[in-house]
Amino acid sequence: MNSKFAGYIGKRLLLAIVTIMLVIAITFFAMHAIPASPFSSEKAKSDAVIKALEAKYGFDKPVIVQFFNYLKNIMKLDFGLSTAWVGSTVFGLIKNGFAYSAKIGLSAALLAIVTGVVLGSWAALRRGKWVDKIIQVGTTALVAMPSFVMATILLLVIGLKLKWLPTLASQPGGLVLPVISLSLYPMAYITRLTRSSMLDVLGQDYIRTARAKGLSNGKVIFKHALKNALSPVITYAGPMMAYILTGSMVVENIFSVPGLGRLFVNSMLRTDYMMIMGVTIFLAIMIIMMNFISDILYKVIDPRIDFS
Amino acid sequence: MSEETKVKKKAFSFHTNPNMFEKASEEEKAQQVHMRESVSFMRDAMRRLRKNKIAMISLCIIILISLIVFIVPNFYPYNYSEQDLSRQYLDPFEYSETEKARMADGEKIFPHIMGTDALGRDYAIRVIYGARISMLVGLIAAIIVTIIGICYGSLSGYFGGKVDLIMMRIVDVIYSLPDVLIIILLSVVIREWVSTSTSMLVSRLGSGMISIFIVFGLLYWVGMARQVRGQILSLKEQEYVLAARAMGAKSSHVILKHMIPNCISVIIITAAMQIPSAIFTESFLSFLGLGVNMPMPSLGSLAADARMGLQSYPNLLIFPAAMIFLIVLSFNLLGNGLRDAFDPKLRS
Repeated sequence: MNSKFAGYIGKRLLLAIVTIMLVIAITFFAMHAIPASPFSSEKAKSDAVIKALEAKYGFDKPVIVQFFNYLKNIMKLDFGLSTAWVGSTVFGLIKNGFAYSAKIGLSAALLAIVTGVVLGSWAALRRGKWVDKIIQVGTTALVAMPSFVMATILLLVIGLKLKWLPTLASQPGGLVLPVISLSLYPMAYITRLTRSSMLDVLGQDYIRTARAKGLSNGKVIFKHALKNALSPVITYAGPMMAYILTGSMVVENIFSVPGLGRLFVNSMLRTDYMMIMGVTIFLAIMIIMMNFISDILYKVIDPRIDFS
Repeated sequence: MSEETKVKKKAFSFHTNPNMFEKASEEEKAQQVHMRESVSFMRDAMRRLRKNKIAMISLCIIILISLIVFIVPNFYPYNYSEQDLSRQYLDPFEYSETEKARMADGEKIFPHIMGTDALGRDYAIRVIYGARISMLVGLIAAIIVTIIGICYGSLSGYFGGKVDLIMMRIVDVIYSLPDVLIIILLSVVIREWVSTSTSMLVSRLGSGMISIFIVFGLLYWVGMARQVRGQILSLKEQEYVLAARAMGAKSSHVILKHMIPNCISVIIITAAMQIPSAIFTESFLSFLGLGVNMPMPSLGSLAADARMGLQSYPNLLIFPAAMIFLIVLSFNLLGNGLRDAFDPKLRS
């Protein structure tokens, strides 16, 4: 069992590393294919810059050598220099932006998980009642709304019309609206997941046994049902991370948060290729690692699943 | 000698005496046959789908939207790129001063059903074109995903063994690629290529659209391939496949005539689920400015443009937002209905 589990972890880790390598390769060669890519000397203006870049990336060397150079630099967390934000390193910009994005993203994830699990269990326990119906309709509507629609409507209604919350991230409390708009979609999704797996679990024999033993309702729900109902939610952690990170691109733009998503969009608008590459690779690594962690957690929590 | 003596009855035997029975009349025979007309799986599923009111309403909305977006632009009096600065920011059914003057002269002017935008373009036709892009993306994504997914999945499942192992490892890797990031990256790259290209098709579709389709072709089929492969693996053990092979059927015949028709429910469900996510991705890219090229509207770019002057002209946001909501909601609900109708495991 234990060696099997270790084998499983090894396999997933290998898959994660292969995927990260593939993302780096796709990013590098795609950028290389652009006529005015950061790896061609056409882009740089002055001789000194060309010399410095050549020394670092070796434009004259074959593409494959340049690729391994780039890879080696990434390992040292050196993603190169930004061309749009002159004088800043790509990694420094990413670090600054990520401080904001991590704060918003983690808050949104936490909010989504807590409210989603509570609402989903509530709906399952009141199956067929009006609470269940309202939650069902609400979540069906929410999963049909793209993040940018959600964020803009919240901005319009709560920020501009009702003036309950500030619309700019720099104002006090300004991060509340971005967090809410990022969390609504995953929250609705988790609610639906929890509801259906909770219904599934509540029909199992061991719940009947627990009730027959005379356990209180609360104990049955929290100790027996909820624990088992949560494993599908864990598998959603990876996709949720991907949603929140990509969603932050629009949400941070709408609410002017100086985070990673906004940085990414701005570097696309200003065609800063080094930035685009750096942020893509950084975000991809975050998403892939999150998928890896949620895969492992899933197996730890639910030992019934075989490791083949 | 009578029949009775012929049948030797043993004690405690359960042998029945045939003479105690009489032949059933034709009428009585007919009563025993309670046959329902034989119903094929497809028709059975369709019957279940038709009973599902929510799914049928969604289907009607989808058909209605498709008809509107493909027919209305042909005779609509306004053009999606026709600017007129004398009629900026009109409310729905409002006329500008010049239009009022022309109407006073007895000219008939078609109302701006959804008003006009910042450049005085009729908003209704722009929303219709945006919805057309969304529907097209959904449709083409479903087609690409289905074709590649079926081919890959059925080959992998049918041949099994080492072939399957290698093919599925490739699927695993592709499955774990962050798709939206790859789409964004490719659309940045393709945008650079396109800006130097003069091809009509490329410039009309826009770099974002092309990269979306390329990425669908590269990445999105893995879900379908996994589903089809799983199905084929279990079908392979069925007797009719063995029988077909024993009779000397070629692999292609077995796959095409016996296996894929039996995967049809999985294929339909997966393709239907793919459509809303494709529409989401396109609108997201357009919102970021990576979608269709400039004058051509998309629901995402319309929503992005509406952010200027949001407080004064919320209509510009609400119409495209409502449209995309309606489209995605209908496809989601139809997908759920299809899943309930076609998934034999859920049949009660």
